[in-house]
Amino acid sequence: MPYSEKILDHYERPRNVGTLDRSAPNVGTGIVGAPECGDVMKLQIMVDDQDRIIDAKFKTFGCGSAIASSSLATEWVKGRSLEEALQISNEDIVRELALPPVKIHCSVLAEDAIRAAIADLKAKRAARQAAAAAEPAPQPTSS
Amino acid sequence: MKVYLDYNATTPVDPAVLEAMLPYFRERFGNAASRSHAFGWEAEAAVKRAREQVAELINAQPEDILFTSGATEGNNLALKGAAAMYGAQGKHIITQVTEHKAVLDPCKYLELKGYRVTFLPVDATGRIDLAQLAEAIKPDTILVSIMHGNNEIGTLQPIAEIGRLCKERGVLFHTDACQTFGKVPIDVQAMGIDLLTCSAHKIYGPKGVGALYVRRTRPRVRLEPQLHGGGHERGMRSGTLNVPGIVGMGAAAEIAGRLMATEGPRVAALRDRLRDGLLARLDHVTLNGHPTERTPTNLNLSFAFVEGESLMMGIDDIAVSSGSACTSASLEPSYVLRALGVGEDLAHSSIRFSLGRFTTEAEIDYTIERVVAAVRRLREMSPLYEMVQEGVDLKTVQWQAH
Repeated sequence: MPYSEKILDHYERPRNVGTLDRSAPNVGTGIVGAPECGDVMKLQIMVDDQDRIIDAKFKTFGCGSAIASSSLATEWVKGRSLEEALQISNEDIVRELALPPVKIHCSVLAEDAIRAAIADLKAKRAARQAAAAAEPAPQPTSS
Repeated sequence: MKVYLDYNATTPVDPAVLEAMLPYFRERFGNAASRSHAFGWEAEAAVKRAREQVAELINAQPEDILFTSGATEGNNLALKGAAAMYGAQGKHIITQVTEHKAVLDPCKYLELKGYRVTFLPVDATGRIDLAQLAEAIKPDTILVSIMHGNNEIGTLQPIAEIGRLCKERGVLFHTDACQTFGKVPIDVQAMGIDLLTCSAHKIYGPKGVGALYVRRTRPRVRLEPQLHGGGHERGMRSGTLNVPGIVGMGAAAEIAGRLMATEGPRVAALRDRLRDGLLARLDHVTLNGHPTERTPTNLNLSFAFVEGESLMMGIDDIAVSSGSACTSASLEPSYVLRALGVGEDLAHSSIRFSLGRFTTEAEIDYTIERVVAAVRRLREMSPLYEMVQEGVDLKTVQWQAH
């Protein structure tokens, strides 16, 4: 498949390949796709206290377009707030990489991966808050 | 370094074949059907010579050979032509699931026309079960079509046994021999073959020409023509003969016959060198197809946790093909691999290397280096490989597919 320069660039020099600590409270992990489909993307984000994304990592099992889409996604989310990251649409990715029509679904999966990572972060937070709320309030010691 | 390892897809025209063809574009341009002058006679003589060269390779008579535009036409003519000719005796045809589309699609077409087609399954190595074939043959079965060697995985079917069975049961036997013609010995008499398809561009001949062997004795096979107009090729395939192409096919067949005894083992040894080199340096690599009953030129491997198209990009100066959906226009993974029971994830991870006459040891060693490097790099980027390293059983994972 004759690919654009940008797709080839992301394939040869992918940005942010790697892994963040899943268990860390400020890390969100999204895993989307399935091996039978030939596409699995893992995208992770790390946020600071202001919920700004300060780091992002990815790993992808998939074709050149899938690798490029997820690599680009990690590049774009860095420095954004969670709300700004949710603004990223697959069409932006298609345009930036000049994805051929048959590969558009790769960009959709990358968008899903960003959302899944953010959803995971929020879900972990909600679970921690729920756990904290369920703990009994400290009893005053009787004098 | 540009390396070509996709010889199963097509082959370069051998320089000797090109030399043989050129006069028939230039000064010897006559129509082989022009009976009344020397231009026609010399064209006809060249075609006659080519028939002998092709027939020689399969122990047939020259008159048994029809020339076509290629194997797709040959398969269409064999299947549709036999179905129509013998339809009054029966409407049942037997084939198998890993045939080339040029056999499967005509069969599907015949189903629409009221024929019954049995698509035999294959085992995990891609071979049919002879007992299942024997059971499938019914009183109204008129044709069995089973390929000799599979184009994707290289697996060889037991065609001598199939031919014997068909002879016993009085059923015509057609075989698509595109991947084996000129590469392994074929004897249509000993193997009980009634119809055989082959193609020039798989054996260092030109594209656009092929041959169909149609048995003339015991039994005399007849086919209803698919092309009408002039009655060429014993009335079975009308159309002015592609003389230069046919001359090329004949020359290619002759060269293949001459080199078979040495070229086959040479290429098989290079293929084994490639296989051993990769298996020694990488884990989680599986061979698709039969380990020993396979064409000497074919190696089809799945590299787990790495997708085929991304791997091909990583070895982009080496021409190969993949069973991955991402490389097909339809986004469907290889139906051949699926028929073997290879999981879809491994189908997406498959690469077919097919070697040929001009493959060198240096090219193989270079390919090993590049493939190993690319697979390692892509596994570092693979979430599946990471999960497996962490001890996760991928089969237990709930994937979020959309």
